[in-house]
Amino acid sequence: MANIISDETMEYVGILAKLELSGEEREQARKDMGRMLDYIDKLNELDTAGVEPMSHVFPAQNVFREDVVTNGDESEGILSNAPAEKDNMFAVPNVMSR
Amino acid sequence: MREVLPFAGQRSARQVPGKEKRQIMDILSLSAVELGTAIREGAVTAVEAMEAVLGRIEESEEKLHCYITIEKEKALEKAGQVQKKIEAGELAGPLAGVPVAVKDNLCTAGRRTTCASRILENFVPTYTAEAVRNLEQAGAVIIGKTNMDEFAFGSTTETSAYGVTRNPHQPEHVPGGSSGGSAAAVAAGECFFALGSDTGGSVRQPASHCGVVGMKPTYGTVSRYGLVAYGSSLDQIGPLGRTVEDCAAILETIAASGGGALGSGPDGEAAAGTRKDSTYLNRKDIDFTSSLKKDVKGMRIGMPRDYFGQGLDGEVAKAVRMAAKLLAENGAVVEEFDLNLVEYAIPAYYTIAAAEASSNLERFDGIKYGYRASGAEELHQMYKKTRSEGFGPEVKRRIMLGSFVLSSGYYDAYYLKALRVKAMIKKAFDQAFAGYDCILGPVAPTTAPRLGESLSDPLKMYLGDIYTISANLAGLPAISVPCGADSRGLPIGLQLIGDCFQEKKILQAAYTYEQLRRAGQEKAVRTGEGR
Repeated sequence: MANIISDETMEYVGILAKLELSGEEREQARKDMGRMLDYIDKLNELDTAGVEPMSHVFPAQNVFREDVVTNGDESEGILSNAPAEKDNMFAVPNVMSR
Repeated sequence: MREVLPFAGQRSARQVPGKEKRQIMDILSLSAVELGTAIREGAVTAVEAMEAVLGRIEESEEKLHCYITIEKEKALEKAGQVQKKIEAGELAGPLAGVPVAVKDNLCTAGRRTTCASRILENFVPTYTAEAVRNLEQAGAVIIGKTNMDEFAFGSTTETSAYGVTRNPHQPEHVPGGSSGGSAAAVAAGECFFALGSDTGGSVRQPASHCGVVGMKPTYGTVSRYGLVAYGSSLDQIGPLGRTVEDCAAILETIAASGGGALGSGPDGEAAAGTRKDSTYLNRKDIDFTSSLKKDVKGMRIGMPRDYFGQGLDGEVAKAVRMAAKLLAENGAVVEEFDLNLVEYAIPAYYTIAAAEASSNLERFDGIKYGYRASGAEELHQMYKKTRSEGFGPEVKRRIMLGSFVLSSGYYDAYYLKALRVKAMIKKAFDQAFAGYDCILGPVAPTTAPRLGESLSDPLKMYLGDIYTISANLAGLPAISVPCGADSRGLPIGLQLIGDCFQEKKILQAAYTYEQLRRAGQEKAVRTGEGR
């Protein structure tokens, strides 16, 4: 395997991805990622110097509209999906340490 | 060539809808457009059509598991309401009263939408996806929400948190994916047509594996509003149906921009004007059914040599080449050519798709909706625990890879590199379409794999997407049409890819092929050659 993913990189990617992998899961993820990156490295066979990165296939223009409210009060429907709510607000675990 | 159609009635033997009341088996043998005609003519009611579909579901759903959620009473009630509107002359479109299945990554107000993930187990959207709303306003009636790979990450529908879907042709095989539930439901007669989404082949490949027609339109043709995002620059909603005509009629309906007249939506939601996404093109040339002409004379069709090389199953290659031959015999100019860069499409695609997925799935954090892990004492721990418990292995794999290729230090080398290769692939297609009206090839390298065969080796599974993903990278329209079956009775699909905005060319070629093939099958039955 050409791509060896270090412990530091795994740790860093876990933070970015907001995922907490167990020991076994982590080793599998390391292996899978290494294999995929080996495969993706195939792109390096192509000389892309001078080629502009293409994010969208058509020249996309932003479309503007008037900023008017079109929906009614949906707070009940929206909050009914919340794992926890309090006084018409989303409830979350402690944000700051006591 | 033998083709097994286990549920849908024998197509070649079916009758043109008449005025008389039809038997239930008869209703199920109709295409969506034929059923719509029968309903408008008063030969069948929307309620009878829904009852027929629910009856079929009763028989086969336990075995096949095409759906995650079925709401029978709601479906019958809606069908009754639609029937009244049809009788009052308020609904007269081709799909009015026709039962439809919707992939479970399309938001439906008041109906659970899970994306086949545990993390959205109890999510009930407050709004409806634009494509679905267009269908409802045209009078189509939703049966339920279909199974899929979790967040559409997969090619087999085996990564669903709600169990696998089985292929109606061979239950020990997968239906393909990620829109596997939608394709299987169409093939099994558990709906008359379905919606799917196609990010790398997720409509076309399951259509191919299940022996139905599936289409991905040009990027931006159908609004993505209300489609749970996977790879936003690649995602398109597309139809799955029994015939090319059905797909053209469905696409015409879901691509429309005028669906959102002022007033109240079907679920009583406020529907002021149309709601689109930022890349919706608002095309004027969406009269797709006008292209249903049996004529390929002079049509230039190119077959990429790279699509018929190593890795392609012999039986699939033979069936696709036979299809090309049939088109050539009827006047198309078919030739082989070199489409460059085919081998670079998969690594470019998986880099871009994983990057966009990792970004799009950041929203699932256990705050506003969906699953939240218990026992976390502070916010960040809750995020991590929720996502780690809520997502399945394939989703985690892609989020990890996507986060890596977007991270500082690797962004240029991986993500931007892939976007540069994407530009080169688009250019290769531009060159091809300077010489050809359509590109013809297989949809997938093999027929549907056996259950459990694919997940052990993700990279191998990704390689199965080789013929479909380029259309997503280059934004092209493409259609999958049944063209035979292998020796085990598993369907084989023919793929036709068009240049951007040239849906009508591929629809015409696909329609012509479908009609020629059917005529050949009917002749074989008459002369006793059907083996």
